[in-house]
Amino acid sequence: MSINEIQDELIEEFSLFGDWMEKYENIIQMAKELPIIEAQYKKEENLIKGCQAKVWLHADFKDGVISFTADSDAIITKGLVSMVVRVLSDHTPKEIMNADLYFVDKIGLREHLSMTRSNGLLSMIKQMKMYAVALNSTVSTQ
Amino acid sequence: MKTGTWLMQDIIDIEQVRKDFPILASKVNGRPLVYFDNAATSQKPWQVIKAIEHYYTHLNSNVHRGVHHLSQVATDAFEASRKKITDFINAKYDREVIFTKGTTDSINLVAHSYGKQFVNPGDVIIISSLEHHSNIVPWQLLCEDRQAILKVIPINEKGELVMDAFKEMLDEKVKLVSVNYVSNSLGTINPVREIIELAHQQNIPVLLDAAQAVQHIRIDVQELDVDFLAFSGHKMYGPTGIGILYGKEKWLNQMPPYQGGGEMIKTVTFDKTTFNELPFKFEAGTPNIEAAICLGAAVDYINEIGIDNIRQYEHELLEYANEKLSAIDGIKFIGTADNKASVISFMIGDIHPYDVGVILDQLGIAVRTGHHCTQPLMDRFRIPGTIRASFAFYNTKEEIDVLVAGVEKAVSMLG
Repeated sequence: MSINEIQDELIEEFSLFGDWMEKYENIIQMAKELPIIEAQYKKEENLIKGCQAKVWLHADFKDGVISFTADSDAIITKGLVSMVVRVLSDHTPKEIMNADLYFVDKIGLREHLSMTRSNGLLSMIKQMKMYAVALNSTVSTQ
Repeated sequence: MKTGTWLMQDIIDIEQVRKDFPILASKVNGRPLVYFDNAATSQKPWQVIKAIEHYYTHLNSNVHRGVHHLSQVATDAFEASRKKITDFINAKYDREVIFTKGTTDSINLVAHSYGKQFVNPGDVIIISSLEHHSNIVPWQLLCEDRQAILKVIPINEKGELVMDAFKEMLDEKVKLVSVNYVSNSLGTINPVREIIELAHQQNIPVLLDAAQAVQHIRIDVQELDVDFLAFSGHKMYGPTGIGILYGKEKWLNQMPPYQGGGEMIKTVTFDKTTFNELPFKFEAGTPNIEAAICLGAAVDYINEIGIDNIRQYEHELLEYANEKLSAIDGIKFIGTADNKASVISFMIGDIHPYDVGVILDQLGIAVRTGHHCTQPLMDRFRIPGTIRASFAFYNTKEEIDVLVAGVEKAVSMLG
């Protein structure tokens, strides 16, 4: 599935929820289902420091695609992280670089990307794109 | 003052007070706003909002400059506000009250100017474990610059200063003690009288960061005998971008200017500049005239309600919140000092404070989560942060009930 197809799938999934509680309960559920980052990768270098919640991100580059694993010490952040991982993981550096993450806005979670939330999510997305940019230049120079 | 058993409605006319603050009628996420982030910034009453409008519609002009009418009325209003603040903290002279951008700016002014004059290699500055970053970092910068040493008064598990340790630190090397009056994270009210007395026994001046005190506690700088007092307008129902540094004249006179520019000079030639007298020596550039004048309106408003009434009412809110929140399973209060202002910091089991903050926001409840700009303090308690509810005199017990129900809801979703 393409990045946008996954985003649309998420938007559809969230459209079923009647109120904010169901929405957040789903986010919390997603957090619980996020593949656990391997302990060896939950290290200082992989830590993306938000002001409040910590986010760890690990990237693997294999067969031309990047796969991400991640974790957070705050469960709502972890749920949001899991969605971004689901959308961007297993795509090529170029696809990730050019991805427009519209789903966050569409499912009414835009406030989580604002600067004041300081939850590390925005920094994580930046970091994912930076990995993609770096790997893309490696690929193109090979 | 009345004696005997107080009833809340005797102290504060809550219905009227809430009408004074228009923002309190807002809805957030479809629910009535419950604003419990007062330690971050307070809301503004109509009296202040209208004063801002009045300034721009009737007074706006630069101060201390022109001979024209408007400049005169703006200057009069500006200086009248300084006088109100002088009386509010009972300073001896208007010239000891300096307008700054806020508490942070006030502390930086002292760190820079007092530090330049009085702090030498090997000297010591004392702060405490309870400090906000704004009362840590300026001293770190000074100590680095002057090769001085920063010492930190430890706290006990309740979040109270260990006074014996403080006494041990005091010697002839100490050039300044800078502590907060009230902790922004925990609400601890520090024994500032004792701190000042002990420091003065060894001729050491004391700076009080009163950013979290001035809106709750009657402050008399002469009675306290404090050397410097710093606070912000926006936490005391006034505008943002304005603050006060009170300093004893004897210190301010000995300190070099902080910033150079207009207003602070007497004469300027390319060879030599002579400086203006107090307080203007420390007020370089066009000040935030509107905010300075409207801070006076905020002081009028506080005086009208009565700072002692405010303190009493907020204390009742604190006790009520303590009692109600205590019933929540797994709650742990961070900071349980015997003497506290209306600030409650807590955690619930191992739930991240951020998660609780997000759920409470959905319910229209504004609290602060995180480290509250006191990272060393959070490290001391080995926690990533807390959920902090801070109350003002316009809050109600009913709102505290909404908070308690909100926290319970958050726990049921997150636990």
